[in-house]
Order: sequence, then structure tokens, then C-alpha cells
Amino acid sequence: MAITDPPKIVTSRIGYDDSHTLERYLATGGYEGLRKALAMTPEAVAAEVDAASLLGRGGAGFPAGRKWSMLRKAPVTYLVVNGDESEPATFKDHLLVERDPHQLVEGVVIAAFALQVSQVFIFLRGEFALGLERVQAALNDAYAHGAVGRDIFGSGFSVDVVVHPGAGAYICGEETALLESLEGKRGFPRIKPPFFPAAIGLYGDPTVVNNVETMSNLPWIVRNGGAAFAALGGGRSTGTRLFALAGHVHNPGVYELEMVTTTFDDLINAPVLGGGIPHGRGLKAFIPGGVSAPWFGPDQLDLPLGQDEVAEAGSMLGSGSVVVMDDHTCAVRAAWRITKFFSRESCGQCTPCREGSGWLERIMDRIERGEGREADLDLLLDACDNIAPGLTWPPQQTTICVLGSSIPSSISSAITMFRDEFLVHIKEGGCPYD
Amino acid sequence: MTDRATPSEEFEFTLDGRTVRARKGEMLIAAAERAGTFIPRFCYHPRMQPVGVCRMCLVEVSGPRGATLMPSCFIEAAPGMEVSSDSDKVKKAQDGVLEFLLINHPLDCPVCDKGGECPLQDQTLAYGPGETRFVEEKRHFEKPIPISELVLLDRERCIQCSRCTRFADEVAGEAQIDFVGRGEQLQVATFPELPFTSYFSGNTVQICPVGALTATPYRFAARPWDLDQVESTCTTCAVGCRVAVQSSSNRLTRLLGIDIDPVNHGWLCDKGRFAADAVNREDRLTEPMVRKDGTLVAVSWHEALEVVATGLRAAVDDGPDSLGVIGGARLTNEGAYAWARVAKGVLGTDSVDAQLGDGLPAELVLGLPRATIDQAASASTVLLLTGDVREELPILFLRLRAAAVDGDLSLVELSPQATSLTEHAAVSLRYGPGDARALVDALVADGTPPAAAKDDSALTEARRLLGEGPVVVVVGRPSLAEDAELVADAARALAEALPEARFLPALRRGNVLGALDMGLAPGLLPGRVGLEDGRSWFEAAWGAVPDGRGRGTADILAAAAGDQAEGAPVTALVLLGSDPLCDFPDRRLARRALEAAGFVVAVATAPGDALEHADVVLPAAEAHERPGTTTNIEGRVSRVGQKLVPPGQAWPDWMIAGELAVHLGHDLGFDSVGTVWDEIERLAVSHRGITRAVLDSHGAADGVVAPLSANPVSLSRRAPLDPVAVPGVESVERQGAGLQAGLATSPNAAAAATGADTAAGGPPRPPMLSGAPDLSVPHVSPADGYSVRLVASRVLYDGGSAVEAVPALAGLVGPGSLRVNPQDLDALGAAAGDQVRLRSTTATLVVPVEPDPSLPRKVVAADVNVPLGDGTVTDLIDRAFPVVDLRMESL
Amino acid sequence: MTEPTPLAPPRRAALAPAAPTHLSADVVARARQLIGLYPEPRSALIPLCHLAQEQDGWLTPEAMVDIAGLVGVTPSEVLGTASFYDMLHTEPVGRYVVAVCTNIACLLGGAGELLEHAEDSLGIGAGGTTPDGTVTLEEAECLADCDRAPCVQVNHRYVGAQSPESFDRLIDELRSGARDADIPPHGTLIRVHRANGLAVDPDVVVEERRAAAEAKAAREAAAAPATGGGA
Ligand SMILES: Cc1cc2nc3c(=O)[nH]c(=O)nc-3n(C[C@H](O)[C@H](O)[C@H](O)COP(=O)(O)O)c2cc1C
Ligand code: SF4
Ligand code: FES
Repeated sequence: MAITDPPKIVTSRIGYDDSHTLERYLATGGYEGLRKALAMTPEAVAAEVDAASLLGRGGAGFPAGRKWSMLRKAPVTYLVVNGDESEPATFKDHLLVERDPHQLVEGVVIAAFALQVSQVFIFLRGEFALGLERVQAALNDAYAHGAVGRDIFGSGFSVDVVVHPGAGAYICGEETALLESLEGKRGFPRIKPPFFPAAIGLYGDPTVVNNVETMSNLPWIVRNGGAAFAALGGGRSTGTRLFALAGHVHNPGVYELEMVTTTFDDLINAPVLGGGIPHGRGLKAFIPGGVSAPWFGPDQLDLPLGQDEVAEAGSMLGSGSVVVMDDHTCAVRAAWRITKFFSRESCGQCTPCREGSGWLERIMDRIERGEGREADLDLLLDACDNIAPGLTWPPQQTTICVLGSSIPSSISSAITMFRDEFLVHIKEGGCPYD
Repeated sequence: MTDRATPSEEFEFTLDGRTVRARKGEMLIAAAERAGTFIPRFCYHPRMQPVGVCRMCLVEVSGPRGATLMPSCFIEAAPGMEVSSDSDKVKKAQDGVLEFLLINHPLDCPVCDKGGECPLQDQTLAYGPGETRFVEEKRHFEKPIPISELVLLDRERCIQCSRCTRFADEVAGEAQIDFVGRGEQLQVATFPELPFTSYFSGNTVQICPVGALTATPYRFAARPWDLDQVESTCTTCAVGCRVAVQSSSNRLTRLLGIDIDPVNHGWLCDKGRFAADAVNREDRLTEPMVRKDGTLVAVSWHEALEVVATGLRAAVDDGPDSLGVIGGARLTNEGAYAWARVAKGVLGTDSVDAQLGDGLPAELVLGLPRATIDQAASASTVLLLTGDVREELPILFLRLRAAAVDGDLSLVELSPQATSLTEHAAVSLRYGPGDARALVDALVADGTPPAAAKDDSALTEARRLLGEGPVVVVVGRPSLAEDAELVADAARALAEALPEARFLPALRRGNVLGALDMGLAPGLLPGRVGLEDGRSWFEAAWGAVPDGRGRGTADILAAAAGDQAEGAPVTALVLLGSDPLCDFPDRRLARRALEAAGFVVAVATAPGDALEHADVVLPAAEAHERPGTTTNIEGRVSRVGQKLVPPGQAWPDWMIAGELAVHLGHDLGFDSVGTVWDEIERLAVSHRGITRAVLDSHGAADGVVAPLSANPVSLSRRAPLDPVAVPGVESVERQGAGLQAGLATSPNAAAAATGADTAAGGPPRPPMLSGAPDLSVPHVSPADGYSVRLVASRVLYDGGSAVEAVPALAGLVGPGSLRVNPQDLDALGAAAGDQVRLRSTTATLVVPVEPDPSLPRKVVAADVNVPLGDGTVTDLIDRAFPVVDLRMESL
Repeated sequence: MTEPTPLAPPRRAALAPAAPTHLSADVVARARQLIGLYPEPRSALIPLCHLAQEQDGWLTPEAMVDIAGLVGVTPSEVLGTASFYDMLHTEPVGRYVVAVCTNIACLLGGAGELLEHAEDSLGIGAGGTTPDGTVTLEEAECLADCDRAPCVQVNHRYVGAQSPESFDRLIDELRSGARDADIPPHGTLIRVHRANGLAVDPDVVVEERRAAAEAKAAREAAAAPATGGGA
């Protein structure tokens, strides 16, 4: 497979220094998609999105068109944009909100029109201070430009868009926790069923939750047609997608790539992309889609960047973040750090997640410090099994949300792939990489 | 709030391979429990919204993608559903959850109050893994920290089930405790400097599944296996919550709420829960005493009763109205009946009153069509013409609040000041003292509303809501500084204008409605019968009844004090568990009356101010020390249980009355509390058919609403108590002390005769009171422009004896202040916290003020029975005037 | 009666929330504008906490009491909610909150060493504040700037990948005020404010849409051939 040169669907403007301004946006085709959409019927706009087969970019990869069609018809409905982006090593929405906020606003208004929603909330993680300012400024300009608010571009369609700052909690990326947080509460995920947002969402009203990148694709899709989008990529994974590449590569960064036609090997090693592993080291493992995802080894490098392809191989494309670990990386330490992340970010509702994450973290920490016991490996796996029964992928769960059932991924990946390394820690009483 | 009583559609589903029935909307966990399968749980509570967080109740539910683990507390049973609660996968998940819960749990069971009745301990034994695999350091927090005067929090023991925080928010409506932090650090906390002051805080202790929340008063009081229990009814106020009374070595250790559908849903208020401790007080009266040479000295019962008989006979020899009998609301029905018979049948006086000027005209209360609490909660509109329900009848507040918040109930509030239900009221209309009738007329007739209620849209909305039936009126005393006839008059107008409306009397004192039913009021005889209507019936039964209507408490005291020109002076007083010095609104009059009365008999359980004036003191058994029955605001007759032996020679009231009758030359034939009840059932027409056999039946465990003709009992069995919701009861039961109902009679006593025969050939049964009586409504002259009009309202924690005797509660009685409309305060040039001078016809006080924007102009309010400046608000009340006008001056 | 303890409650439960006393008039006005953006006031709770931090640098108990009154919850609920979130500080913090990410990508990029260096050079542990109250050091979870590892934020402004040396220069610049233009004191999160309130009344929209749907249905009914009972 080869690196293709698809149209830049969401990153066309980021080469400009003033990419975030209304002037630049208008000069580069901005709000044309919206004008076109407003001339269509809402159903026709939704049909284009459906035809594009745009998969959600927030992690779960659910087709946006299908999600929209599930919205329960009710007098009051909401659209909520998920810009919490806190999944470790994911930093693509960061780019989109800072560098092309109008594209997000335009996408949001298009979606609101298709869904006939009159109030939209853009939830951005609070740590995006600049992003919050840029999106707010873009909104102020868009209101003044007539692209948001009452009677948009004279079409008769009206919608308000409100930017809502988060306050620092990973779990608020989970859509129901996000809604709780947006209601001014702790980010405690709601139980599904029955609290599927499309049925019982914000304030109990039907709500669509979509990711920033998902929304940012809409102006292009409306302008060029769903079919043009669907012509890119392959299988269910159509179009392009942002991949956030981090860890041990020469050129970490965000890359917009055509799905499926590109492979992990391309992403990590191609000179125009990741540029390979520095210091002449080899690849030990990589995490294909956020820290919830089971790890892959060098033998999976040839996998295409496609949602189903990765799923079939036992992991997930998730939020599109790829973390590369070179062969000098301590697998125990890496898995411990990820476990510590989950422990710090567990919302604390569910017993298995609240207590289990802390317990697993302490065991992992003990092993990494060289105080492990051989029995710890079985204990780790069994405790993991009590959070995600069977340790299958996708996981089963004893918890409310999938944060809980994601905890075991890194531990079981590390133990399965690098059991010897654990044993060395235990037998030698310390980390061999220190 | 889950209403377990709602009958609804049923369907079938499969549970562990067998077919069971569930009701529409029922959660799996509840359906399984009714079908006999107990699914372990911590966070689920049948009276609160499920949250599904502890994950202990996981079961496997078959679905399109195979069986998945789901929380049975959060998934509704559905027709045809296939559920497994005992598969290997379920067991592993549950074991896992328990293990997770225990890793950070301190396992300090030996020093934990909950040890022995702890669901975590129990489920660990029943379901848990044998040994710990946890070798890491546990999470540490400072050991118990007080979060209020009554509740201690041990965060190390907390399992984050959120029962307490949900209770505070959902049920009590006061989110004073909440989780802080996140993840492993999630802990319950109050806001700094703002303690958990909810009147309902004790419920969180009861429903905490572990020992994280403990009650200061019960800390280390007893271990569950030392406890013994009986089911009873709380008589701290007149709501009549069902309770389990637990004791150890003849000391009451605690009260736990029992979940019954019609009344308390398992909840208790803190006053009811903790004031019960007063029975343990060290200074209980244990011996009869007679005043000799100015001091009370202990004597035998025989001697004391002789002195009483002689003294009372001497008084009534001057005419029956020379004797006044005050009180009786703290007695059982049997005690009240026995005293009514002694006073009215033997001594011939009708000057008998269970209310102390703080109630409502008895004929009104008994004559108006009565509502049950359930009827109020399911009404479309409840009109509130009463004081603050949370302060006076706390659990009624919870029921009404829940109905207004979760249900379809609209509240229309008529009140001089904001109350705790104001925020839930659809309409809240204000009026000044004396204006209740005018406001009601503006609502149901074409009257002009009082100035404070001139709000057309609110009036229109209130009229609309009153037009939507069914309507229940809660009628009580919005102010003790206002003549009872004034609010009674307004209630009467409502009864006439809304003939379908039902009334719930918001009278506060424990068994005041039972006492009225038993005839402890002037002009009444037992069975809600007027004196004249019942004359021939009771003459035939008792031999004699008073010649004519006697005086109520206010007139008795006035006549004793020599204030009354008409009628005979009162020379002898019997205080039936009452202290007019504390409870009568005009405190000065009460003092003068007691000082002037020639002969005062006090039937009492503990020392009090009134005893200083007593010539004879007769020690009585308290609540929890005697069996019998009590009657709540609905007219619900339920049994109170005896758990403790009364101290020393204290007797139950019925026995004191019966023995006194013997000393007066009449044997009433009472030889057990059961025989008293038999006579009540036979003679009191309102209680006809409520035989001992009925009261003893399982179907009557929640009480029986009198009269049976209006509310027939359905003899269904009560649902089993949820062992996690009532962990204490469950575990005491497991330790061997079954929860036996409070017995009105010995279990093997024969069912009583119906009494129909005894009436044969005698006089016809008298009719019960019905409709509103004639009232003597005083004229209220308009305020003079220089004065302010006083509202005297009640608070839960006041200087009453029940609170004072319990240190933990006494600390909650704070000094009060005068509440004033902010504009009036400005006009006076005073600010919050300043002192002002108040002058009434009776007294002058210097008091602190605080603004209260809910008060109409020129209306001020203060709470009764708490310190107010250099006195109490009752010092200012002069019962000679229907409303109290005060001069308010800045200092 | 026993002595009232510090825990003795107000005798009568407060019946109405008090007006704000701690937050400045300007902050309260902005708070009210924010509240107006949401269908329910409580939704503004977190934005209001940010606003209070802008005034005080951290979330003081007095501010929480005001916020509770503004959005109609108890102070305990404000604390309970705020304490869930990392960015809301219910204890005082320094003028600059320096967050060093140590999550996986940054860990691979040397975040562990950077954090150690920061602790040594500032003389405080993660979570601590320098004695002069200037710098609070935090060990952060992923800050979404992973291509510039190890990633550092100061008052939620990205300052790019830091080496131990550049970190020390950064601190010096902060202390000297050289970064004041791009990094406001802790608490000031969003300097671009919303230019207007809501433009769209949802009720009006609902009504408009209902009317439009009815008009459409009427048009269709009129256009459709009359298909009577048995015609
Ligand atoms: C623990 C957790 C964290 C998540 N974080 C994010 C996030 O930061 N951003 C996001 O868009 N979706 C996140 N998601 C996924 C959302 O729940 C949701 O699926 C997504 O916002 C839907 O948008 P999409 O369909 O456009 O992808 C997270 C899910 C979980 C379980
Ligand atoms: S799984 Fe963890 S993060 Fe998700 S709801 Fe449960 S406790 Fe919260
Ligand atoms: S999760 Fe069901 S009882 Fe706790």
C-alpha cells in the first residue's frame, strides 16, 4: 500500500498563520457548505452525511448519519459537540479548534440544521485556553456574519451555539458524563440503557453528541457530496482521518491520511510522516488507538488504518492516536503509567473501577520498583478479569462505562506480550531499563 | 420515589430457570426479591432512585448479543426476559465487587457500631472470597469526624454507595452532604462551616450499609447481639411513624424507622429518632409524691391516690367546673380514655382539654371529613393553612414534598411567612394575623383579599387549582399568637365552599388526636360524639356524664387565675403529662393560674417547672414502657409496644386513672390495657369494629384508620422489610429477637366481643360529629398603623421536655430572633442582628432582629419556646386578645 | 441546655439563598450572562467556578457560597462538583500553575526526568507551591500536545516541549513578568468573552417549526387528490 495524496478535508487551512480568522476562512471557501446546506432540506443534508458513511471520530466510530437518524423526535433536542479530547496521546481536536475554529462552527451549524436543533453546546476541555478563545472569537464573528443565530443567511433557520469550558476530568469525554458535566454536575457517566443520549440526553431531552473532528468534516462533505467522501478510504472506513502520532518517532504530529489505504508502517516510518524511530532503535510495540486499546507489536505494522481492520486484529482505531514505543521502553512502566492514568481519572462511581484501578496501579508500581511477586501476574489478570470479565476484546464489563473495562488493556497487553520482562523485574528486584 | 403500593400490570419473566411474575416498571432486584430470590446489593434502596453504582447486584440478562452483566437494581424487568442471578459469571463478578470493596475497607468491625448488623460483613461471609489478596497500603482518612451534632462520619469505612447523599438531596431536599473528589478519593463531606443540619440526618445513619455514618447518641451504646426489639409507633409528634424500638438491659438503645406504605416509608425525623432517648433520663419520677410542709415527699400509691381523691372530690363538691383537667396528648388511647371516664363519668367535670391553647377547636377537628396522608399525597391540590410542616410534622413534610416534587400534587400555601414547603408550592399567598378568613373568602367566595395577598394571577391560579379535585386541606396553627377560632373559621369557610375537600389536621402533639377521640375536650365524649348527642349512651354505660359543657384550657387557666367573672373559679387542676408553663401560649397566665390553684395534681414522667406547683405528683410510664394504642393525624390507630419496664413505681396512665376511680368509690373494671381497649371499641362509635383481634392481625400492622366505615382495612400482609434498608432490624432479628408487633393485649387473650349485644335494648348509638361546628369567632380590629402584628410559629427543636432531656438535641436549640419585613426594618433604622424593644400589653422584651422578605409589611414573626432576647415570645402573648399587636422601637 | 458547639446549626433552615457578597459586581454581571446561556442555571456552575478563579486565583469558600446562590444549589453541591475537576482549586495555588504532563507520550519523551528536575529546581514536590506563592507545580495527565513532549502548560497556556534548561528559563521569565502578555495570572481562562446572549428563543423556534409543519401538512393535504371513503 502506498501513501496517497487525498484532498485535505479538515486540514486544508492550517498552513496559514491566520487560519483561525473569519477573513481567511471566507477567502478559502468558508461557510459555502453552510449556504449550500441551507438551500437543501434538512433530510437531504442528513442523507449526504449518511452517504459519506462518516464514522464518528471520538473513539467509538459510530456512523454519524446513523446516529442522527436515531435521534428521538421531540420538541426540544440538542446537539452537543465533544471537544474534551483527553484520551492520552490524542491531540487532533486541539489542532482543529485552535487552527480552524470556523470550520468547526460551520460544521456545527450544518449539523444543527440537518437535525433541526436550535441549541448547540460545544464542550471543550478547559485546558484548551487558546482553543476556547479561538472558538469563542470565531463564534462572535460568525454571529456578526450571520452564520449563527437568528435567521442564518436569511434562510429562516436559527440556532444558538454556546462554548462550554470543561474543568479537567478525562471522564467528561464519555458522552453521558459530558452531559452531566454540562448540567453542572460531577462527570458521572449515566447508565446505558436507558440513558442513550439520542433518547434521554441533556436535561432529559434527546441529544446528539459528536466529536469535534466529526463536525469539522461536514462543510467539505456538504460542498463535495457524500459520495466524494465515501470514494476515499475503503470498506466502512471512508474519507480521511486525523492521526495523532506520538512517542518514539522522528516526526510526531497530526496527519490527515486517507483511511485504509495507509498502514501503520506508513504512518510510523514513512519519511513524510513519522519518519521512523530515532536513535536507530527498533520498534517494541505501538498502541493503535488511545490507551484503552490493546497494544500491537511489530508484526502488526502492515495493518491498514481502517476501523474494521484494526478491530479484527483485536484492538481499535479509537481516537486515532498512535503511540510508538521503541525497544528501550520498559513495558511494565508504560502499562503502569497508563493504569495510573485510569486510576486518577476514574470517576469513582463503580466499585470495580474505583477500587480496582487503584489496586492494579499499586501492584504495577510495586512490580516496577522491584517488589513484585510471581503470584502478582495471576492476581493482576484475575483482578482485571473482575473488571472486564473474560478479558476479551471488545471488553465485557462489570462497570457503568467503558473507562472501567478499558483499564485491563494495557496490563494484559504487557503481560501477554512481555511476560518475561515482568519476571525479570520480579526476579532481579528492579527495572532492567533503569 | 418508588411506590411499592401501586397495583399495576403483571407479567412473567424467567429468573434462574423458573417463571416468576413482575409488575410493570419494577426493577429486577425488587421483582426477584418478591419472588424469593435475594440479590445482594448496597446502593439500591427501595425508596430512592436507583443509581447502579456499587455493582453488587449484577445479574446476567440474555439479549441479542448473548448474556451480559447488568445491574438488577437499574434494569426493569420485562416480559419474557431471561435472567440468571446465580451463574458462575455472576458469582465471580459479585465476588470481585466484594473483594474490591474490602481492599480499602479498614475491617475494624470489632470497634464498629455496625459490627454484627453490617451488610458488608454479612455479604462477605455469604458471598465473599475467603482470604485477602490485598497486600498494599490502604487508603487513609482521619477517623470519625463529626458532620453535625448528631452524625459522625468515618470515611475509611465508606463504600461510596451514595445512599446518604441521595437521601439528603432526593428525600430531604437538602443536599448538605455530597461527594467531594473523584475516583479513589471520592468521599462524603459537608461544606466547611456548614454542618449536616437536616432534620432527617438520622436516616442516613440508618440506611448507611456500613459503619461510615454513626449517630453520636448511639455510639458504642450496644452491640446488635445484645439488642431486643419490639415494633411500635413514634409518638413524638402526631404523624405516627412506625418504628422498631431496640433496647439492651432495659435501656432504650435506639429507634429505627420501619418502612410502611401509608405513613413514613421507613423514614424518621431526628427529633423522633433521638428524643426517644428521654426515656433513659436519670431523673425520671419513680415514686408518687405528696407535698408536705412545702416539699414533695415520696409516699405510697395508696396514700397519694387518697390525697388526690380527697382533693378532687372537695373541688367538685363546689361544682364540677371547679376542677380542670389539662393535657392527655402524651397518653395512649387507653390512658386518655380512662382519664376521660374518670373526669367526665366519675368526677363529673367537662372542663377537660388535651390541647393547651395551641390546637384547634376539637369539634372542628373531629367533624371535618378527614383525609389520610396517602390521600393528601395523591390529591391534585393540597391547600396548606398551617404552620411550617417541616417544623411541626416532619415526616408529613417529606410525604408532601415528595408528592409535590415527583408527583402531580400542587400545593397552595396560605401562610403569614415562608415555610419549607414554599419553594415547592404552586402558589403561595401571604396574609397577616387575623386575615385568614378574608383570604379564604377571596379564594372561594368573592371576598376582597387582604393587602398582602393582592396578587391577581396568584389568586386566579389558586382558584383554578382548588377547582381541580381532589383537594385536601392541611389545617393547623400558623401562629400561636392568633386565636385558634380565627384559623378554624377559615377552615370552616373552606369546608363549606369545597364540600368534597378532605382535611388533615396538622396538630402536633403525640397522641392529641387520640385524646380528642377519647373525649379529652370540653363538650365531647369518647367516639367523636358531642356531649348532648352521647348523653344517654354514656349515662347508660358510665352511670353519669357532665351536666353541661365545660371549659377549655385557656378558660380553665383564666378561671384558676381569677380572671373570669363568669362561672365558678377553678380550685383544682390535674395536669395529665402536660406543663402549661411550657406549652400554653400565654405564659404569664399559665404561671398565675398554677400559683393560684388550690390543689394541683401532676401526672408526669420527669421533673418539670409545673411540679413546683404540684401538691401531688403521680409518676407515669413513658412511651416504650407501656403497651396500648395511639392515633395519628389521619385517625390511624396503631399499637405502641412496651419494650422497657417503667422505672420504680411508675404506672401506665390507664392504671393510674383506674386506681384513682377506685379511690373515688368507682371500680371501672379495668384490669389490663386490653380491657380498656375493649370498652373503647364497645362504647366509642368511631372505633367500632376495631377490635383487639383486628389490631392484632397482620393486616393491621400499619394501623387501622378510624372509623372503619370510612376506611375499611384490607387485611393484606406487609411486604418483607429490606434487610439493607433496615439493617439493624434485620440483624437483631437474626440474633433471635423477632420484631413483634406492639401488643395491645397479651397474645393469647381471646378476641374481644364485638359489643353489639351489650348495646341491645339500651339507648341508641349516638351519631358522630359531622361538619364544622359553630365557632365563637372573635372580632379582630384593624391594626393601628403604629403597631406590628405578631406571628408566633413553632420550630422542631425547642425548649420542650423531649428535646431538653436529650443532650444531643438540646444543643440544637438555638436562640431565636424576631423576623421583620426588610422595609419595616429599614423604616426602623435597624439592621440584621440589631436589638429592638418590643412592647405588648403583657411584657417588654429587647430582642435581636433579622430581615425576612417573606413577611407582609407590619407583620413580625418569632419562634415559640426558644430564647428570644431577654425572654420568650410567649411572654408577649395576651390571650385576652385574638391577635397580638406590638410596639417595636429601635434602641 | 448544653453550650452550642461550633457545629450548632442555624435553628431555622434558610429559606432563600442570599445575594452574592463575595464576587464583585462585574463578576456577578458576567455570571448572570453565562447563566442566561443555558436552559437551566446549574449548567453554568463550572463556568462560574472558572470566573470565580479569575477573581481570586482559586475557588474560595466564599465564592462557592455565592455560586450556590446564583445557580440554585447548596454550597455543598458546589464543592462536591468543583472538587471533581482538576482545574478547580479549592485550596490556594500560586500565580502560575505549571503543569507537567507525565502521561504515556510525554513519559516516552522524558517527562519523568523533567518533572524530577522541576521539583528539584523549584524546591517543591508535585502539588506544592513555592513559598513565595508564585509557582504551583502539577503532575498532569495528558494535555493533548503530545507532539511537543514533554508537554508543559502554564495556567493552561501551552509553552511547548521543555528541556530541564528551558524549563528553568521559563520559570525565570514567569518570575520576571516577561510572559505576562501571553500568560495571565492563574484563574483567567478565557479572555475572549461572548459578544451577545442567546439570539434564539427555543420556544419560538418550537412554535415556528410546529407552524411550518402544520402548514406543510395542510399544503400536502390540499395537493393530494381527495381520496374519500370509497371513491
Ligand atoms: C472514557 C471515555 C472517554 C472519551 N473521551 C472522548 C473525547 O475526549 N472526545 C470525544 O470526542 N469522544 C470521547 N469519547 C467517546 C464519546 O463517548 C462519544 O462516543 C463521542 O463523543 C461521539 O462522537 P462521535 O460519534 O462523533 O465520535 C470517550 C469515551 C469514553 C468511554
Ligand atoms: S467505569 Fe469508572 S469511570 Fe466509568 S462510570 Fe464506572 S467508575 Fe466511573
Ligand atoms: S448497583 Fe445495584 S444495588 Fe448497587
